[in-house]
Amino acid sequence: MTTIVEHEVGKARTRKEDARLITGQTNWTDNITLPGQAHVAFLRSPYAHARITSVDVSAARQASGVIAAFSGADFAGEQGSLPCAWPVTEDIVMPDHPPMAVDTVRYAGEIVAAVVARDRYAAADALESIDVSYEPLEPVLDMEAALEPGSPKVHEAGNKSFTWTFANGDLEAAFRDAPVVLERTYRQQRLIPSAMEPRAVVCAPVGDEYTMWSATQIPHVLRVMLAVVTGIGEQNLRVIAPDVGGGFGSKLQVTAEEVLALLLARKLGRPVKWTESRSEGNVAVHHGRDQIQRIRVAASADGQLRGLDVDLLADMGAYLMLVTPGIPLLGAFMYNAIYKMDAYRFNCTGVFTTKTPTDAYRGAGRPEATFAIERIMDDLAAHLGVDPLELRERNWIRHEEFPYTTIAGLTYDSGNYEAATAQARSLFHYDDLRKEQSERNAAGSPVRLGIGVSTYTEMCGLAPSRILGSLAYGAGGWEHASVRVLPTGKVEVVTGSSAHGQGHETAWSQIVADELGVPFEDVRVLHGDTQVSPKGMDTYGSRSLTVGGTAVVKACGKVREKARAVAAAMLEVSPDDLEWADGRWSVRGDPEQGKTIGEIAFATFAAHNMPEGVEPSLDSDATYDPDNFSFPHGTHLCAAEVDTETGAVKIRSYVAVDDVGVVVNPLIVDGQVHGGIAQGIGQALYEEAAYDSSGNLVTATLADYLIPSAADLPAFTIARTTTPSTGNPLGVKGVGEAGTIASTPAVVNAIVDALRPLGVSDVPMPCTPQRVWRAIQEASPASGPASGPASGSEGAAR
Amino acid sequence: MKITVNIDGVRYEDDVEPRLLLVHYLRERAGRTGTPIGCDTTNCGACTVLMNGVSVKSCSVLTVQADGAEITTIQGLADGELHPLQRAFHEEHALQCGYCTPGMIMAAVDLLRDNPHPTEEQVRDGLEGNLCRCTGYQNIVRAVMRAAGDGEHAQAATGERAGVSA
Repeated sequence: MTTIVEHEVGKARTRKEDARLITGQTNWTDNITLPGQAHVAFLRSPYAHARITSVDVSAARQASGVIAAFSGADFAGEQGSLPCAWPVTEDIVMPDHPPMAVDTVRYAGEIVAAVVARDRYAAADALESIDVSYEPLEPVLDMEAALEPGSPKVHEAGNKSFTWTFANGDLEAAFRDAPVVLERTYRQQRLIPSAMEPRAVVCAPVGDEYTMWSATQIPHVLRVMLAVVTGIGEQNLRVIAPDVGGGFGSKLQVTAEEVLALLLARKLGRPVKWTESRSEGNVAVHHGRDQIQRIRVAASADGQLRGLDVDLLADMGAYLMLVTPGIPLLGAFMYNAIYKMDAYRFNCTGVFTTKTPTDAYRGAGRPEATFAIERIMDDLAAHLGVDPLELRERNWIRHEEFPYTTIAGLTYDSGNYEAATAQARSLFHYDDLRKEQSERNAAGSPVRLGIGVSTYTEMCGLAPSRILGSLAYGAGGWEHASVRVLPTGKVEVVTGSSAHGQGHETAWSQIVADELGVPFEDVRVLHGDTQVSPKGMDTYGSRSLTVGGTAVVKACGKVREKARAVAAAMLEVSPDDLEWADGRWSVRGDPEQGKTIGEIAFATFAAHNMPEGVEPSLDSDATYDPDNFSFPHGTHLCAAEVDTETGAVKIRSYVAVDDVGVVVNPLIVDGQVHGGIAQGIGQALYEEAAYDSSGNLVTATLADYLIPSAADLPAFTIARTTTPSTGNPLGVKGVGEAGTIASTPAVVNAIVDALRPLGVSDVPMPCTPQRVWRAIQEASPASGPASGPASGSEGAAR
Repeated sequence: MKITVNIDGVRYEDDVEPRLLLVHYLRERAGRTGTPIGCDTTNCGACTVLMNGVSVKSCSVLTVQADGAEITTIQGLADGELHPLQRAFHEEHALQCGYCTPGMIMAAVDLLRDNPHPTEEQVRDGLEGNLCRCTGYQNIVRAVMRAAGDGEHAQAATGERAGVSA
């Protein structure tokens, strides 16, 4: 029998998930209504920093439809402290973080009281009758000022949480007598992740058991942490992440609202539900980025990097959330990027301010690092009069040098920066655009053209547990999978990786189809419920496919081996005489004699003829802990037109060539790249969580916090090179964060490149028309904007 | 106040508070949870439905304003088989988490009713009131162009998928 088996891995399969999503049958947490369910509303502090002198909820308790109302004092004995799992140094200051403030509030938006009512309208109404007296304290809003001796204190122990340092090589020697030293300070503005689905929690008590549905990325981690925080036995907690509408890191959290929902359900003995509004979420969901980056490079006269020195201030906000202190450290290993150098030093101080806490946001530390190094590489190129791609080529690790251990101590297993760059250059028509740029500059055009380069890499597949341990992270980085072949030959795959838009159900089905020789349609992927999928480390850090996918491959391998023993009994041959070919076990040399997984599954179910010592089940589990990270890379090129008279920036073309290793589903990978680029462009041009001088977030709605719309973005040209990862059997690297990491510096580099002839060397993000215009004015205060014929149409505004 | 409203072909007679938002009525009273809520300032468009055939953000309509109206939600769009836009969103991978999708599709229905053969720019402008955080809109634009009956044009107009090499 000859069958041509078409591989599923690599196919652009449309997604299994879509059927429910395009018809409105989705199971969002906010869709859940349980019998007797009450609604929770939280009262939040309007002050950035204040002492609470009294909270009176008595009037709220009397309000129509209200079941109960509580202040922080009511929970003081049982609410514990929200967890931080990443104490990055031994002397880190990790302040107590009560889910509901008891005596002090440290950011505007912190919870001070809760109402439980019959419906959401009644709960919201009753909040207005709660009387809270505050004694306002000085807000702490500026990281540098916060570290001054006289600064008001966010916490008793002061405003510094930690200083973490990494150093390798002789930095002093690298900088001593270096022909070129450049120093820059970049500002990573504060961002709001803005997943489209606001957070929601439903918690139902049954006796002493609790089920929580939450819009979370991390049902497994959440279950462990809820047990630790509340003292409720882990065995009595079930956490379900139903359909989750995006996360981008914002749902990689153990939140005050989740803990309080559990405590309220316990107190009241009935199901409770809380759903945030967007404006509530913008102050209460953790923010991302917010760093001041001082970066120095030393180079030889021809631009060879010698040393790199990075000094960071990272805003923790008011408290340390789940992995807050570790986020800038994920960048520590990425500032050196794809470049070779002799010495590197990284120093990061975590600072408390009276703002919403920060934590993971798509890329988490790596976009910040990539931005700083790619910005300064462009500046170095300009300083030396070298083409920025040429400068990178002089410094990058050549493809024949892999595996390569970097100055930051990571071993990059594979890569081909030459190939990705060559392809990007060609798709972008790099030389033609450079020519047009020169012509516009020579003509003094009011609409300048800039070309931005970003040759990024990132560390993905979080993470080898031993490395996490060495960085003082409180958990491991493995992932779990179970594969069950059902009697009829259909397959259930249980993954510990909890999807929220990534398409696991489709991609995992493709992997299993290949591994077990079953049709794609016959595979069902289960995830996101600790009762169904009891073990897992969840989804973040572009880890699902590299770590979770590998666990699936390993579990399939075990199933296959077991199937071999059963097939041998069925065919009355020795297992050694069988080979796995074309998706079935067949007799070597006699391929007509063979059994498919489906046939073997039914024989196992019937169990009439099981070989000695083989249990009658065709399923297996695997837990995979990676040895190394994976290192996707790529070259992104952005052409931006900048109107020097209005400051408006228009992205004219954008080319991304990414190398994410082997691609399981090109449709899904393309989508991740598109969305990632869009988010990075959002940071470059539009987004900023801005505070007023009293510490109030002034971008609390989507009318003020501008995430890009379809009209704001161009169409992207994307392509791939494929250099398989050597670290996992699939050869995959991860793609969830690549676009976001690469695109922000590509866009800002393009803007600065356009304006460099006018004396501009930096534009702070987001590069709004006003900021671009101001940068031009400040660079050339005497001559004003570039002279030349006025242009009515070329530089379209946003 | 008493209202009568037809939702996805079913007639509802109800007594509602004047302040009740249509989206809350749809979700919590009529059980039509296919229409989600993404913001509270009418910016995101996730809750877009058709009211008498015209797209509205149901968070900015009071239920009493819908008295006598015909409402079509994402759950009432397929007529035995998927609507061409639903099919196109699936085929072009125009959704990831899917939270914006119901609103995006309903807004696109209205867009194509208005302009059956839009250019890429007209699609982008037409969907400006619907935010998506996952897709970068590229495949959404492709899907709308495809549903408009011009698939090849969609590919050409909305960026390239270049080949794989190395």
